[in-house]
Amino acid sequence: MEGARKTPITDWNAANGGKMVEYAGWDMAVTYEGLIAEHNAVREKAGVFDVSHMGEVLVEGPGALDYLQYLLTNDFSGMEDREILYTMMCYENGTVVDDLLVYRYEADRYLLVINAGNVAKDIEWMEKQAKDFKVTLTNQSDETGELAIQGPLAEEIMQKLTDTNLSEIGFFSFRDNVVIAGVDCLVSRTGYTGEDGFEVYTAWDQLLTVWTALMEAGKDMGIQPAGLGCRDTLRFEAGLPLYGHEISETITPLEAGLGYFVKLKKGKFIGSDVLNDQKENGIPRKLIGFELLERGIARADYDVMLDGKKIGFVTTGYLSPTLQKNVGQALVDRKAIEGVEEIQIQIRNKQVPAKLVKLPLYKKRTKSR
Amino acid sequence: MREMKDLLFTNEHEWVDVQGEEAYVGLTEFASKALGDIVFVELPEVDDEFSMGDSFGVVESVKAAADMYMPIDGVVTELNTELEDEPAQINQAPLEGWFLKFKVTNKEQLGELMTPADYERFCEEEA
Repeated sequence: MEGARKTPITDWNAANGGKMVEYAGWDMAVTYEGLIAEHNAVREKAGVFDVSHMGEVLVEGPGALDYLQYLLTNDFSGMEDREILYTMMCYENGTVVDDLLVYRYEADRYLLVINAGNVAKDIEWMEKQAKDFKVTLTNQSDETGELAIQGPLAEEIMQKLTDTNLSEIGFFSFRDNVVIAGVDCLVSRTGYTGEDGFEVYTAWDQLLTVWTALMEAGKDMGIQPAGLGCRDTLRFEAGLPLYGHEISETITPLEAGLGYFVKLKKGKFIGSDVLNDQKENGIPRKLIGFELLERGIARADYDVMLDGKKIGFVTTGYLSPTLQKNVGQALVDRKAIEGVEEIQIQIRNKQVPAKLVKLPLYKKRTKSR
Repeated sequence: MREMKDLLFTNEHEWVDVQGEEAYVGLTEFASKALGDIVFVELPEVDDEFSMGDSFGVVESVKAAADMYMPIDGVVTELNTELEDEPAQINQAPLEGWFLKFKVTNKEQLGELMTPADYERFCEEEA
């Protein structure tokens, strides 16, 4: 694949049945055995994803907390060491620069994990906002490899490779200096699938060692390498947003139903004026879930219709492998959808009826301690 | 059993099996592998008339939707409605999973389709 960058797992993937595609400039596996088999392995057993394309930025210095409070939408003031928060980073107009995880090492040192396709844009934005704060930003993306092991057997499999008691790592918390298969790693109980599991960060050139050790440790338990294809169907079912779909530089977090991660009471932050105004005077659009009532698959960007009038667009839609239903999410005009139970999705030359359903489509089974 | 050597091909990866005045059309193994797990097909109606290159239907995998194109001019005479319930047949046996049968209305166009050897080279270039 010309021009695309290799992750530490790219060569292993290509040699082990990975169907390789270019994604956000990286040479990655979209599937191995098949999307549905991999999806089901994660829901029922365990799957391992190469997510080395993700970006990592270290934020440190005496002004780190004040900086994050200003830069991001969530409230980091009550965070403990080794805790993680999910947050948005917004523009002044309230739309989304990126969504990310914030790992707190200490009060003045944090790791931010950002989307691969947004790394350059995010860092430029973050540096621009950092001028008035005593912080140093270090882009560690090129040195940091990452994998995610997800599924009900994830903990049991990875526990075979480490002396650290993984059950002590609670949901949305992490430990660093965890030795897995002899390799020094940072391990968090996080993921993007709606299943229990971990994300594992280590040195770029060490990740393959951890990857192959996990495959070996889980081979009698149905472990499966899992590609980007099922990463999307899994996160979609679990109601987790994908940048460029449910959130983007034209969508605010309140429109996307992510108000829980926007703490307007913490004081001024980038985008807070517009988001406050939306909260008080009405949020223009709403993210809804729907299920098709006739044959068809609703795809991203298809029009959502109500009585012949376009009221929005599909953000993500699939034949859900877990639910075996044709379902989707759509961003629609809030006033138009009030009291409505049935909409139509424009699929090519047909308007297919769909009923509104609650989000998330699939309920998480993550462990919380 | 249908065999590759007896078929003609389009550059949109349809196979064509000419039987006298009629022909069957389906999706090649190369394309079905590229699409991945196929979960949906949309077929036209019997008696629908299409020109060469018209989209006559849709095939969708979990990830993506792709149009099916008419290899040459024709009028639909029969549909394989089994595919609507069992779209995975296309992955399992691409040459058996025909989409539709049509009456050939312009036989000269068959000369514009690829032979098996041409198609094999075409796929090597696309891979």
